[in-house]
Amino acid sequence: MSAPVIEVQGLKKYFSTPRGMLHAVDDVTFKIEEGKTLGVVGESGCGKSTLGRTIIHLHEKTDGKIFLDGKDISDLKKKELKAAREKMQIIFQDPYSSLDPRQTVDATIREPLIVSRRYTKAEIDEKVEALMDLVGIDARLQMAYPHELDGGRRQRVGIARALALDPRFVVCDEPVSALDVSIQAHVLNLLKKLQQEKQLTYMFVTHDMSVVRHISDDICVMYLGQVVEKCEAKELFRNPVHPYTKALLSAIPSTDIDNPNQREILTGEITSPINPKPGCRFAARCKYATDACHEPQVQEEIAPGHFVRCCRCHEIG
Amino acid sequence: MSENMNSPYLSVKDLFVEYYSNDQTVKAVNGISFEMEKGSVLGLVGETGAGKTTVAKSILRILPDFGCQIKSGEIYLDGQDLLSLKEEEMRQIRGNKIAMIFQDPMTALNPVMTVGDQIFEVVKLHNDMTDEQCKARAEEMLETVGIPKERYEEYPHQFSGGMKQRVVIAMALACDPDLLLADEPTTALDVTIQAQVLDLIRDLQKKFNSSMILITHDMGVVATTCDNVAITYAGRIIEYGNKEQIFHHPTHPYTIGLFGAIPSMNGDDEWLHPIEGLPPDPTNLPVGCSFSPRCPYVTDVCRQEGDVPKRITADGHICFCYNMDKVGKEEQ
Repeated sequence: MSAPVIEVQGLKKYFSTPRGMLHAVDDVTFKIEEGKTLGVVGESGCGKSTLGRTIIHLHEKTDGKIFLDGKDISDLKKKELKAAREKMQIIFQDPYSSLDPRQTVDATIREPLIVSRRYTKAEIDEKVEALMDLVGIDARLQMAYPHELDGGRRQRVGIARALALDPRFVVCDEPVSALDVSIQAHVLNLLKKLQQEKQLTYMFVTHDMSVVRHISDDICVMYLGQVVEKCEAKELFRNPVHPYTKALLSAIPSTDIDNPNQREILTGEITSPINPKPGCRFAARCKYATDACHEPQVQEEIAPGHFVRCCRCHEIG
Repeated sequence: MSENMNSPYLSVKDLFVEYYSNDQTVKAVNGISFEMEKGSVLGLVGETGAGKTTVAKSILRILPDFGCQIKSGEIYLDGQDLLSLKEEEMRQIRGNKIAMIFQDPMTALNPVMTVGDQIFEVVKLHNDMTDEQCKARAEEMLETVGIPKERYEEYPHQFSGGMKQRVVIAMALACDPDLLLADEPTTALDVTIQAQVLDLIRDLQKKFNSSMILITHDMGVVATTCDNVAITYAGRIIEYGNKEQIFHHPTHPYTIGLFGAIPSMNGDDEWLHPIEGLPPDPTNLPVGCSFSPRCPYVTDVCRQEGDVPKRITADGHICFCYNMDKVGKEEQ
């Protein structure tokens, strides 16, 4: 078997703040195989976007290793880093603010092709047209500005730009959360179609549980910078083990009016990610918490491919 | 829509609202009518630009003075004609009888005023109470929404998103309003916090027997919170029914399309079923049924001039569609 497209080991990203070190991503380890999607879910501020951005080197990591196609890219500099970055792209959350309002659709998609210095003018013209066709933007909109486009089309422009240099790995950072449901479905279908055609590998960051269940092969649940549970998507919804995952899944408002969820209402607010204590970060809100939870937690594989970071997972699972 | 013969608690009749910019006229609300009983919760569902927020702002009469006009329509609250009231009279109703929870707690609060004072202000304005009594009431409201009263003197930036939204809710509920307009109250929040806030709103609404209009685009939120549902499209209500009718027997092709576009929590469909096309341009609405350009069941009659006739079943399920019988049959 070939190497996974993306592998991270013990990845850490801390931000220095006046009040101390903010542990945005703390000791995250996972791999994603070619053509697969890893969904990353969690509350706002849990570090899911920072994780994606650190992997593709938009943030400089604090510690840990990142591998792309088996090659260690953790500490690349300049030229090599530029080459690696071409293989890793990102689709941003808000298509209203992630596009330059003074650049046309054409210029937005063209820019990465020019920067790469790999193509002639004629090749670039051809590629821009092909990309617009690929993501389903009418050729008549080539010279349109972002304000002339609706949210769905803007997000398609963002996708075309991300795919311009044929990346291996794409971080999708909440790509549909700013869109209405009827438009959201178009964009999700497009992302899936492109993945199949181009064997793309996705990391899909979202807080929408129905979207993540639909699009992911595997899912990581993050809480305050740490992965608390990771397993196959269906397994997570069938058999959640970590108390936070359970609470998260039970909080989803179900559209099944005959069988409403037995909601587990969490009390308390998220504890601060600044200088966190060594124990389980969920302990303050967890109804199963005991003294052992204030010791550092280790990730355990409780079933093949099902990882949980909770010392009481066997008792409560 | 009301089952008894008494006049309903809130009734909105044939409401038309337009916005003007440059030489264009945006037809935001195009003939919305509905009625509500006291103590009930109505979900107003629809996509961006469907006119949901404009309806709520019309009821509260907080639409901008310039560039916007209620063209026609009637709004009655408890028998009182709201649209004919003078501004001073309306000010007595706002915050007192009708209160609104705004969508974005980050912008709905005054950043340079303590959260306690912001609640105090509402209480003071609408009640003939001493400062001590108002302060006690503001503290009580903070505790009601689950914020310790010790945090009275803190500023909004010291609160998380969920806490800020609770402050906004405390302000809205401070004068025991009879009608609560909640405009996407949980859209900016995470699911676990959303569950807390929805439970809180529902508890308080029951406790005070308030009526509530919940504006949302999230069908899950509707399912957990509302009694009745109005589906809006291009400034019209295209389907109305109780929760069971809408969720078990969606009838309008748009409603069916909305359900199809949501990724299912149980199914394993590889592809979603989006609604083709885009919502119509409100400056240039299609002739006849506004949904006709996107509708898979469209026939010639849908594109003819004039309003789509209202069809109503014996148990009060309302749908505006020429072809609803055909739609229903294909579903089965």
